[in-house]
Amino acid sequence: MSGNLLRRVRVAEVERVANRIKRFRLVDADNAPLSEFSGGSHISVVMHAGDRLLRNPYSLMGAPSDTSSYQISVLNVEDSRGGSKFMHENVSVGTELEIGQPLNLFPPAKLAKKHVLVAGGIGITPFMSMMNELDGLHSDFELHYGVRSLEDGAYCKYLQSRYGSRVNIYRQDQGQLIPLERILGDQRLGTHMYVCGPKPMIDWSLQTAKLLGWPDENVHSEQFSAPPPGKQFLVKLARSGREVIVRGHQSILEALEENGVDAPFLCRGGACGQCETQVVACDGFIEHNDHFLTEPERVSGKKIMICMSRIQTGSITLDL
Amino acid sequence: MTVSTIKSRPIYPGLSPDLNARRNIIVCDKAGAAAVAELFSRAGSAFAERATIILADSLSATETQTLSRDLAPAAVEIQPTLADGIARLRQLLETAPMGLRLYAAGSEPLIGLVVQAGLDFSIDHLSIRTEHRGSLKRRVQCVHCKTFIEDVTTNPVKCTGCGLTLLVRDHYSRRLAAFQGVCIDAEVPGEVPPTEALYL
Ligand code: FES
Repeated sequence: MSGNLLRRVRVAEVERVANRIKRFRLVDADNAPLSEFSGGSHISVVMHAGDRLLRNPYSLMGAPSDTSSYQISVLNVEDSRGGSKFMHENVSVGTELEIGQPLNLFPPAKLAKKHVLVAGGIGITPFMSMMNELDGLHSDFELHYGVRSLEDGAYCKYLQSRYGSRVNIYRQDQGQLIPLERILGDQRLGTHMYVCGPKPMIDWSLQTAKLLGWPDENVHSEQFSAPPPGKQFLVKLARSGREVIVRGHQSILEALEENGVDAPFLCRGGACGQCETQVVACDGFIEHNDHFLTEPERVSGKKIMICMSRIQTGSITLDL
Repeated sequence: MTVSTIKSRPIYPGLSPDLNARRNIIVCDKAGAAAVAELFSRAGSAFAERATIILADSLSATETQTLSRDLAPAAVEIQPTLADGIARLRQLLETAPMGLRLYAAGSEPLIGLVVQAGLDFSIDHLSIRTEHRGSLKRRVQCVHCKTFIEDVTTNPVKCTGCGLTLLVRDHYSRRLAAFQGVCIDAEVPGEVPPTEALYL
């Protein structure tokens, strides 16, 4: 499977839902029904931002069974590569965009007796559809949502009115922190934890769970990290003999796509393993920015995840 | 360890301690107890102090004494049969919170029944730490009459339910905690290969 299948959509609604966060409602460009998705899914949105071709993943937030439209929320990140800025400044009602098929790398565990959802800031988005689904299945869940302030946290009111006491909001501006140790320390057997938010929060949550003796199998996380920028370098494609320049703000995958080279991918965040590519030769230092390869694989220098990783300078020859 | 090309054939990587677990429940038989003692010598007493061992086997008075000594400082509960041990495990899981780690050491039927019990309490089988020790005996389900045949050491084996001669396959069901037994002489009744003691 590859995430390459694209669909044209039109922006039907844009709403500012919090500081720096906008919600976009997308409908099929020809008003055809969209495909159903499952709770926790995301899509990638293709953006032609100036001379750049970007594809950013965004979680789907609506009801999984609603095929009339998709909803995503975009946080305008200050030092972004331009993707979120493009969505905020260049996209309005009527704009047409291309999106990939919905993909779920963050589904709720089927066997779980209970689900503890932990969100930080914009990390609330995958839980919007997940809670919708869990609620429909009458599954036991609780949300712990950390926000900077009520003006910064999206959907606080909506969530509280819809899910009542199952929603717990913690306001940083009031010095409230998620009491994760207490929350995880008192859960029945068969509970699963899901965390989405900034990297330090994810690391802290995973570590807290581990120290409380939670098995890895009961702990899930999702992070949409943009490929870290660097210097420009050259990618040589061993099979086709082509050469592609990867600019400082691009990932290898994006540079390939910009040049019409089809490469496999799913998550675009270094997590799923789909874009794993063999390195034929490399005269630079590989910066591995993924969460997929094992330490020995990194050290061997024979594999690279092209959605996230790059080389410092020089050139790299890939088996593509 | 038995090597098989069948994907469902379980593998048992060996016991290792979860030093963060707030409670450890360990189910073992006589042979598995040796693996547990080794685990304790590696993990230290703080780990053992948080452990409850269900030793499910018929033991002589001296064996009881030696094993209880070997497995100190953990709390050792002795159950006379595997079935009793599993019943006790289910009782403990009933009220257990997250932070519990489950371990199984001994024969394959023992490990299989622990994993099956864990499954009923939503414990992912991959989070259960297992080590195979002692007998290679298997728990087999006759695919024809669905009878479970315990402690199978030969292949083929006669079904205790319907009397068919069964070929014991490597196909394993975690839900049933059993290998599959399929009628071996369906084509030519009575044409049966010699019985081999494969799983002693
Ligand atoms: S696309 Fe998933 S790891 Fe690169």
